[in-house]
Amino acid sequence: MGSPSEAGRLTVALIVNGTEHPLLIEPRRTLLDALRDDLALTGTKKVCDMGDCGACTVLLDGRAVYSCLLLAVDCTGRRVTTIEGLGGEQLDPVQEAFIRVDAFQCGFCTPGQVMSLRALLDETAAPSDAEILRAVTGNLCRCGAYANILRAGRLAAEIQAATGRDHDAAISRR
Amino acid sequence: MPRFHVDRLRTGDGAEDEYQVIETGGLPPWGADAALSVVGRPLPRVEGPEKVTGRARYAYDVRLPGQLYARVLRSPLPHARIRALSTSRAEALSGVCAAISSVDAPAIEWYDGSALFDRTVRFAGDEVAAVAAESEEIAGDALELIEVEYEPLRFVLTLEDALRPGAPKVRETGNVAGEPKVYRRGDAETALRRADVIIDEVYATQTALHNCLEPHGCTAAWDGDRLILWDSTQSVFDVREEVAAKLRLPEHRVRVIKQHMGGGFGSKQVAWKHTVIAALLARRAGRPVQLMLDREAENLAAGNRNATRQHVQLGATRDGTLTAITARVEQAAGAYMVGGEGSNTSAIFQTLYRCPNVHTEQVTVYTNTGPAVAFRAPGHVEGAFALESALDELAHALGMDPLELRRRNYAGEDQRRARPYTSPDSLRLCYERVADAFGWHQRRKASTAGPRRRGFGVAAHDWGGAGYPPGYAWVKLNADGTAEVVTGTQDIGTGTRTGLTQVAAEELGLPVERVVLHLGDTGTGVYAPVSSGSATQATIGPAVRAAAAEAKRHLLDAAATMLEAAPGDLRVGEGTISVVGAPARTISVADVTRRIAPHMIQGHGARGPNPSGKSVRTFGAQCVEVEVDVETGDVQVLRVVASHDCGRIVNPALVDSQVFGAVTQGVGFALMEERVLDTRSGIVLNANLEEYKVPTAADVPAIVHARLDHPDLEANPTGAKGIGEPPLVPTAPAIANAVFDAVGVRLRDAPLSRRRLLEALAAARGDRRTSSPDGRDSPSSSVRGMADRA
Repeated sequence: MGSPSEAGRLTVALIVNGTEHPLLIEPRRTLLDALRDDLALTGTKKVCDMGDCGACTVLLDGRAVYSCLLLAVDCTGRRVTTIEGLGGEQLDPVQEAFIRVDAFQCGFCTPGQVMSLRALLDETAAPSDAEILRAVTGNLCRCGAYANILRAGRLAAEIQAATGRDHDAAISRR
Repeated sequence: MPRFHVDRLRTGDGAEDEYQVIETGGLPPWGADAALSVVGRPLPRVEGPEKVTGRARYAYDVRLPGQLYARVLRSPLPHARIRALSTSRAEALSGVCAAISSVDAPAIEWYDGSALFDRTVRFAGDEVAAVAAESEEIAGDALELIEVEYEPLRFVLTLEDALRPGAPKVRETGNVAGEPKVYRRGDAETALRRADVIIDEVYATQTALHNCLEPHGCTAAWDGDRLILWDSTQSVFDVREEVAAKLRLPEHRVRVIKQHMGGGFGSKQVAWKHTVIAALLARRAGRPVQLMLDREAENLAAGNRNATRQHVQLGATRDGTLTAITARVEQAAGAYMVGGEGSNTSAIFQTLYRCPNVHTEQVTVYTNTGPAVAFRAPGHVEGAFALESALDELAHALGMDPLELRRRNYAGEDQRRARPYTSPDSLRLCYERVADAFGWHQRRKASTAGPRRRGFGVAAHDWGGAGYPPGYAWVKLNADGTAEVVTGTQDIGTGTRTGLTQVAAEELGLPVERVVLHLGDTGTGVYAPVSSGSATQATIGPAVRAAAAEAKRHLLDAAATMLEAAPGDLRVGEGTISVVGAPARTISVADVTRRIAPHMIQGHGARGPNPSGKSVRTFGAQCVEVEVDVETGDVQVLRVVASHDCGRIVNPALVDSQVFGAVTQGVGFALMEERVLDTRSGIVLNANLEEYKVPTAADVPAIVHARLDHPDLEANPTGAKGIGEPPLVPTAPAIANAVFDAVGVRLRDAPLSRRRLLEALAAARGDRRTSSPDGRDSPSSSVRGMADRA
């Protein structure tokens, strides 16, 4: 019994939502656990912990990735954007669209769904339905909100186009 | 004030007397054409901003100073005695702070006569020991250092094997759990002999896994002798009562909190072992402990939909009048009966169709597998698969339209209880709505190229969802005219916060933005039952309305003095109180509450009884169109139209979401979801989301909800009934019926896998190369059952 030894731990500088966080962690710690347990950024969810469900989706240098399949030590110096990094004074268009068309029930998959669509809209301003569905096929929703997630994808693209919101933010995520 | 009245029902001879408590809010129902301004609107979920930003805190998201992470060691064997066990090497590992096992756990009874950490394990996944450590990784390392010596015992995995004479006993009492449930009405056996047409088939449904995305688990923290639990549960009060009893704590020393939950679907409606284990570890370590199940444990040990085998016989006259229904049901409990809502597979055979002669028997069977627990419409999903498939077979045998056959056997009253329904026309209306919206009577199979075949199917259902007493609410008005509603219920993702807020705002005459609703905390809330059975809106909604009505009465009394008018002449809406007939004489609610502050206007409400002598039920029907590829066995569900009676629709957007979600789960149940066991080792082969297939965004059909919005004025003062579970019930049989319509072969085992479909198609062609992998021929319907599943 006692405190874990610091031997075998590594110092990692994670850049999360624009802020650099120095962490002393075991090399086997996943990016997901570093976010949730070390940084208390619990918006990113842990569901399967093996890359099957997409609930842990974050952006890494602007691309949607499963944070449970990445080691935190491998993310040093790269830009990590989590659900907490979206929006600000105003909600991100994807977040706003999810609320408006009821694209969730329990909400546990929602941060991952939102991040997947955020990555899509950063790349493709006016996606087709097929592109929206493809962006979230790696994000399971057990409540079965898929029909409204598709609608949310469409609406988010419209909001983004109409308001021009989020252009600068998209650049900062890359 | 609610009337509160206690009657002595029975004087117990030597035992406790029995009492009945009657409470009522005494409100008349909102009429069918009442001009409601908030109820009935498709408002967005009130907790939406928290959920889309990641701020919503689930049990898994609790982060306390000094918090430890716990993991559970589970049995790798389906049945064994533990000869020796030691956690000492695990406890010696740096970073490990506490351990617990049968060696040193307090004697706490669990389930029916076993222990929290039993010396006999009865399924692969049963709890053996647990550790709490500084990190999840270290806790995982520690599990590998726990030494256990098992004495393997003979085991049984399937219904069929468990019922064989001489089968290994799962429990000391044998493999049949409790007494068989027998129901008889009329004389079904004689009626069957006299029937013109008989359907006599065996149907089977699979073990399905809930796979809530947030796993089961909790965070436990002691504050002196007080225990706080953030539990992922559908019932904070049941968890409090159970944990207090197991740990011998007074109930006021245990507080259970659940603000948001990542899915439950029935599986989180009982207090599970992990909650007590987390509390014990936290006490030993002197630090908070979070114990969340990992995905594998979630799929092994946190419940499942029981597998069933159902022998069904229908008898009918040549004109399609049902004269007899029999069902012999076997259903798998797994290794333990965990309690909660029972799975009553035979119920739907007794009620859905008018039939004078019904006989059902139901046996629940222990197997050395993870315990079953309620899963969204438990029993009804399984029973409907068999009954609604059999009805389709009868329609085919009679050469009759399957929807017409259902109409012809319409049950206008609750035959099981011999009572009228409060909404006897609901199912008829559902049939009309769904047929119109689908174009059932105009359906024509599109000609498809190559191996693809189109087909149409229909299925119906009934269900409870009436709600029931008791359940309470308080309403308090703040000095600025905003309102807070205090309840002890749960929002398990269904939209309870929003629906109840709408009821309160409607009755108070306040804009919905000025009302906030509290729930999910035994420390601050007032009793509400488990969120299950599609009952929450219909249970707590009337209590909220009663509390709001009382607060409104006090508000109008105060305003009457200020406006120099009689309270009966006042109306409140949109936050303003006005005198009827004198529109210039108004005062805002905020003005009234400010002038009397810090005195506070409050209201208390209770759920009244359901109507006596009547039966409150929900109903529905769905039509589907499928496309089947006869070369690959692939089934695509193209579209589903659903019509369901849930009384008054409080929020159409949220009800739509319930329907979409339930139909999506129904597609999964029909086509892809099945727990697979290795028959030699007894372990689950697909306890993960890679190999246990749940529907993805690419798998869902076009779903249309043909809304009914048929207020049930006799049910309760809000007119609303449940919708959470019902839309799942008819989806799978409707798909099975559509597959038959498309390709002319009947699959009586769920799920309708490609292998099963290809085998059935080959058998229909007379192809003898279709023996199944274990060497048996493709079974005929009379012996079709669990034998051919993996």
